[in-house]
Amino acid sequence: MDALEIARWQFGITTVYHFMMVPLTIGLGLVVAIIQTIWYRTGKPEYLRMTKFWGKLFLINFIMGVATGIVQEFQFGMAWSEYSRFVGDVFGAPLALEALLAFFVESTFLGLWIFGWKQLKRGVHLACLWIAVIGSVFSAYFIIVANSWMQHPVGVEMVDGRPVMTDAWAVFTNNTALVAVPHTLFGALAVAGAFLLGIAWYHLWRRRHDGIDVVGNDGKLVPGEAVIPGRDKTDYTVWMTSLRIGAVVAMISFAGTAITGDLQGKLMFEQQPMKMAAAEAACHDGTGFSVLSVGNLGATNCDDIVAVIEVPGILSFLAKGDFTTEVKGVNSLLGEYKEKYGTHLPDNPLYGERAGQEIQYVPVMEVTYWGFRMMIGFGGIAAFAALLALWVTRKGIVPESKWLMRLAVLGILAPFGANAAGWIFTEMGRQPFVVAPNPDMNGIDQVFMFTAAAVSPGVSAGELMTSLVVLTAIYAALLVVEVKLLVKYIRGGVASAMPELAHAQDSADHHDKNDDGAGPGKSGDDVLAFAY
Amino acid sequence: MELLPTIWFVAIAVLWTGYLFLEGFDLGVGMLMKLFARNNTDRRVLLNTIGPVWDGNEVWLLTAAGATFAAFPLWYASLFSTLYLPLLAVLAALIFRAVAFEYRGKVDSERWRNRWDWAIAVGSFVAAFGIGAALALTTTGLPLNENGDRVGGPMSWFSGYALLGGFGVVAFALVHALAFLALKTDGDVRHRARRWFVRLVPFAVLPMFGWMVSVQFLSGKPWTWALVAAAVAAVVLAWRLARVGSEGRAFSALGAFIVCATASIFGAAFPVVIPSTIDPAFNLTISNASSSDYTLGLMSIVAAVGLPLVIAYQSWTYWVFRRRVSAAHIPEAHGFLPAIAAKVMIPKDNTPATSTRPGD
Repeated sequence: MDALEIARWQFGITTVYHFMMVPLTIGLGLVVAIIQTIWYRTGKPEYLRMTKFWGKLFLINFIMGVATGIVQEFQFGMAWSEYSRFVGDVFGAPLALEALLAFFVESTFLGLWIFGWKQLKRGVHLACLWIAVIGSVFSAYFIIVANSWMQHPVGVEMVDGRPVMTDAWAVFTNNTALVAVPHTLFGALAVAGAFLLGIAWYHLWRRRHDGIDVVGNDGKLVPGEAVIPGRDKTDYTVWMTSLRIGAVVAMISFAGTAITGDLQGKLMFEQQPMKMAAAEAACHDGTGFSVLSVGNLGATNCDDIVAVIEVPGILSFLAKGDFTTEVKGVNSLLGEYKEKYGTHLPDNPLYGERAGQEIQYVPVMEVTYWGFRMMIGFGGIAAFAALLALWVTRKGIVPESKWLMRLAVLGILAPFGANAAGWIFTEMGRQPFVVAPNPDMNGIDQVFMFTAAAVSPGVSAGELMTSLVVLTAIYAALLVVEVKLLVKYIRGGVASAMPELAHAQDSADHHDKNDDGAGPGKSGDDVLAFAY
Repeated sequence: MELLPTIWFVAIAVLWTGYLFLEGFDLGVGMLMKLFARNNTDRRVLLNTIGPVWDGNEVWLLTAAGATFAAFPLWYASLFSTLYLPLLAVLAALIFRAVAFEYRGKVDSERWRNRWDWAIAVGSFVAAFGIGAALALTTTGLPLNENGDRVGGPMSWFSGYALLGGFGVVAFALVHALAFLALKTDGDVRHRARRWFVRLVPFAVLPMFGWMVSVQFLSGKPWTWALVAAAVAAVVLAWRLARVGSEGRAFSALGAFIVCATASIFGAAFPVVIPSTIDPAFNLTISNASSSDYTLGLMSIVAAVGLPLVIAYQSWTYWVFRRRVSAAHIPEAHGFLPAIAAKVMIPKDNTPATSTRPGD
């Protein structure tokens, strides 16, 4: 592998990894904020327990997103210095604004939320979480504005060979971003929904398995208590409520991703037709959506790809909203791209060994074709499973089946898979461009950059390989640690996030207590509500 | 002289100053986890002084880097790609350190805690050293060609200035943390921190002075020399105040030192953002490395609103958590009883006459 390929692998690995933590952070943050709001308004103890338990898992995951996010900001300059020079005038601004307007808010107010349970009034404390969550939504917005500019450059003109921002409004309201932001946020909520559903299912199953909850002859569930902190009758309500919130969130978010994804697809057929043709492995112009295509998807010549199962009209619907318009296939697009953007890479030292090579305009179709289908498939599976889960548990009973429980837990992975597949599809589908040309803008059609020219000229393949190995090793080790901790705290149940439950065990009335020990400072000695 | 690039040069200097001032003490506290704390309670006192704020402090680094990307893309591209390996070390250090803060207390085991303590201490050291070295090199020179790319191998950036800057920030962070602990803790930790501070501060600022004076000799101006003198005065003041037990003022005086230090360094370097050691014609300056006036103008408006806001709510955080932390405030590490254990105790009051499943 040469420097370019290593740098691409590194960006891919670090980004996909970072984006395992991010959707869970955004989605779970929002869900915890809603749950704490319900607690704030109703005072019901199960909502406090849910806030504490899901909040704990949220924090274990949040820190990984923070730690791996720094790598993202640094590696543009480290590994992609030519890219940074080329796009800095327009791409740097959303990144700087993300740090200034979103990261500060997120980190500061989350610190207040974690440590301020007793220092702050209940309403202020809740507001801190909401502000942090809104910060994370802003962060998503800014970074997607930056990414969307790479997919669809707007608001610039070329000055001395570099794009210079001339219209910030156009950049920050790029239609690509306006549909990608809700799509991403719904994707994040889908992750949170499946997370709540799977874990709550496990706990409910386990309560029956352990004989705490039993089903009477009348078919009704009788919640019981075990002599373990937190495993009382309220505990049952905690998990059943979590399960239902998770399932509803999962279904709403699937509907959201489907609607925004459809809008996004229609834009992308206009803005990056080759990406969508490659997503379909469609060689020839047509109207049919491929359910299964076989052949050598990796070939640059796509003539030997055969669509085995095809639904006529659907592709036109995805692209244009009707069933008859012909959508251009790879073969006709190839000619247009060559004519507009050249057949060979420029003979410029920036391209290294690739200077003068023929340009491969067709992205790796195995990735685009299957990435697109995996995104939709995993998303659909997760939503369908959520619907099924709601129906099965409609009487408040989780079946005793061990296999169903395992499926529910495994289902947590589905929306993660859908998120990763979606990003891999859209980023790999943009190749060979790092900044894809914008075909529908007169005059700035020449604002584009080939990925081959983006890598740092001064950085050796050896350095890149070092960082690829080091970062991958660190990430792998930390993933093991994170998952182990999550499992430990999940098995620990609510008491693992609320040690005060262990002390409350003796008091007979702990079901009726509204605050279970939380709330603004009672004693003057409470310097810390929470301590590392 | 262009107005907007100058404003953004100043803004980035301010961001770095904010970073060194704020994360300075939390990096130092991190290192002190192994150098100063004597037992687990000490370590937890140390950690909890920075617990609610360290992440917010670190965002000053992200903002400094992001603002450099946006305002001076060529500066960002050349600096980060040239210092590839040292910045990789900084990244690894920051990752371990961040995760360690959060995960250290999550398992009640001496071995587990000890590992993360090392991650915090070494991570803080490497991050402080790497960032100090990078800042020293951007103010003293890197081997850049006409495209702004590194000439030579992966280590060709190295110079004695990197050591001055690296040790400068490490040693400053250590004493800054001692001043912070004297201000933020009570009991034994507080008094020991103050004693250590008084003893160490005269030596700890020396490498930073080495860096400051080097930059003055390379490109100093009368007013930046004056700032060096002010920095000396601030350190002497900090030392005297700490000796008489005026902890808050000693901390502020050391804060004034870092402000004078960064101002003298960036002021001397201005308007060059990276001098090229290959040929001065390849120097990156605020003129040839900056973004367009349109972009800088847009960012100026946002920053004029955003930065004061950040300072306001971060100050509020420090106010909320203003009280001293001492060993007495540290709760017992809670070993929780896992809800799902190997052996489940039989339910108390849940035996309906007939159940589909006997309690096991």
